[in-house]
Amino acid sequence: MGDLIYAIELLTTGVFTGLMYSMVALGFVLIFKASSVFNYAQGAMTLFAALTVVGLMPHLGLAGSLLATVAVMCVMAVVAERIVFRPLMGASQLTIFMGTVGFASILEGAAQIVWGTKPQGLKLDIPVEPLKFGELLVSRQDLFAAAVAGVFVGALVWFFRNTRTGLALRAIADDPAAAQVVGIKLRRVWAIAWALAGAIAIAAGVLWGNRIGVHFAMSLIALKALPVLIIGGIDSVAGVIVAGMIVGAAEALGEGFIGTYIGGGVQDVMAYIVALLFLMFRPSGLFGQSTILRV
Amino acid sequence: MTPQVAGPVLRATGIHLSFGGVAALSGVDFFVNSGEILSIIGPNGAGKTSLLNVISGVFRVSHGEISFEGRDLARSPAEDLARMGIARTFQNLALFKGMTVEENVLVGRHALMSSGVLACGAWWGKASGEEATHRARVAEILKFLGLWELRHARADTLAYGLQKRVELGRAMAVEPRLLLLDEPTAGMSHAEKSEFMSYVLDLNRTRRITIILIEHDMGVVMKMSDRIVVLDHGVKIAEGVPDEIVENRDVIHAYLGEQ
Repeated sequence: MGDLIYAIELLTTGVFTGLMYSMVALGFVLIFKASSVFNYAQGAMTLFAALTVVGLMPHLGLAGSLLATVAVMCVMAVVAERIVFRPLMGASQLTIFMGTVGFASILEGAAQIVWGTKPQGLKLDIPVEPLKFGELLVSRQDLFAAAVAGVFVGALVWFFRNTRTGLALRAIADDPAAAQVVGIKLRRVWAIAWALAGAIAIAAGVLWGNRIGVHFAMSLIALKALPVLIIGGIDSVAGVIVAGMIVGAAEALGEGFIGTYIGGGVQDVMAYIVALLFLMFRPSGLFGQSTILRV
Repeated sequence: MTPQVAGPVLRATGIHLSFGGVAALSGVDFFVNSGEILSIIGPNGAGKTSLLNVISGVFRVSHGEISFEGRDLARSPAEDLARMGIARTFQNLALFKGMTVEENVLVGRHALMSSGVLACGAWWGKASGEEATHRARVAEILKFLGLWELRHARADTLAYGLQKRVELGRAMAVEPRLLLLDEPTAGMSHAEKSEFMSYVLDLNRTRRITIILIEHDMGVVMKMSDRIVVLDHGVKIAEGVPDEIVENRDVIHAYLGEQ
């Protein structure tokens, strides 16, 4: 019985952590859906957003600094569109990808210049003691993070299906030329996509900052998003959510059960093992659109 | 057969288009009368699609003027096309593959939807009056094209002929006064072709949409066109009503080569 409770606890913790990976992965999905480009800068955007929130908090309070950061990220979106997309319009995807790598460096540099290089603490006002469901203990922090992730996912799915801009984003991803001909303005829609990715970066940055603190390793959580994207399919909102939960659960269970036998550290590789299995057997991910290229 | 002509809606003068040193179009002049079907024909590589691309702003002319209803078209980006009342289809399938048939047509309304502060114009549930109008019009188009039953199907799961029809539906959704069709029936069976062209004729005759058509099937061209422009190697070699074109020595020469 104790084992079962332990397993369920690991599973819930894992799934909640996984949803936080999904949050980061969502930013990638958004930019990919809008422009078929893998946005390397998403991790740096997350760091930049978290640092901005922390930096402004003493002056504006949490709500104020969140609002101000939204504005900052919108400006960032317009800048990204200007310096990455507009000059590279029509270039190959690899070229644009390199553009996003460069943009990531700029963001990381700018963040250091403005906010310094010291790790910062970011504490949300959530009680530490866990909720009890019978014998099961669930962290309030995790629950809150999962709820935020859920709201974002719901909003995004709704946005892609039910708004003029959401539809335009999908159209541009499928066929930019045809999208332009029906009057969709590429630049504007791209800027909106980057702004939304910025909003996701804020949420992910705050949630992760609350958990691990805000420091430069944060831009590396992008690496955790990678297996999530492989498993879920980079063009699927639903896919990365499920994938995030799978990765989180696999990590927690792996650490809890296998880790005790081989001395821990399993957590760090589980995500990649699962991703590797997917690459071998289901390369387009759980819900990703399979594309068969004729060579 | 010729509908009442109310003068040219589109006029192109001295169109030059070159890529590097290669001239795709050199000095092409032509006009399109309101309400007519103008076909552009010519051997492969004659510059037909290039001409359509400069009209629709995909390519920018090297020299020359194009005006549509008195407005400059040669220097308008493709993004402004729909707002000026022009729609087009593409030679290769250019559907939004991940979307349903209905969504594909709905995207055609993009330029007609008001953008508002949030640039979203959300539509769901008990919708605003505007959304209802767009929905109703999309339904009408889908029914007209016989696609209503398929509206929830993903566009890329349909047969080729049906996909081309969805593309026509998307172009209709723009509510164009001028419609550019680039080899719409290439690769279709004979039955699919005549069905597709009956829709095009209907749009022209009952909805008074002016049409520029690129088409290889001479049977179709001769039957449908009010006038024909013939291109060869980027130069206009003939222009006239179908009966004149079939008799034209230059045209015969371009198509059949030296006898």
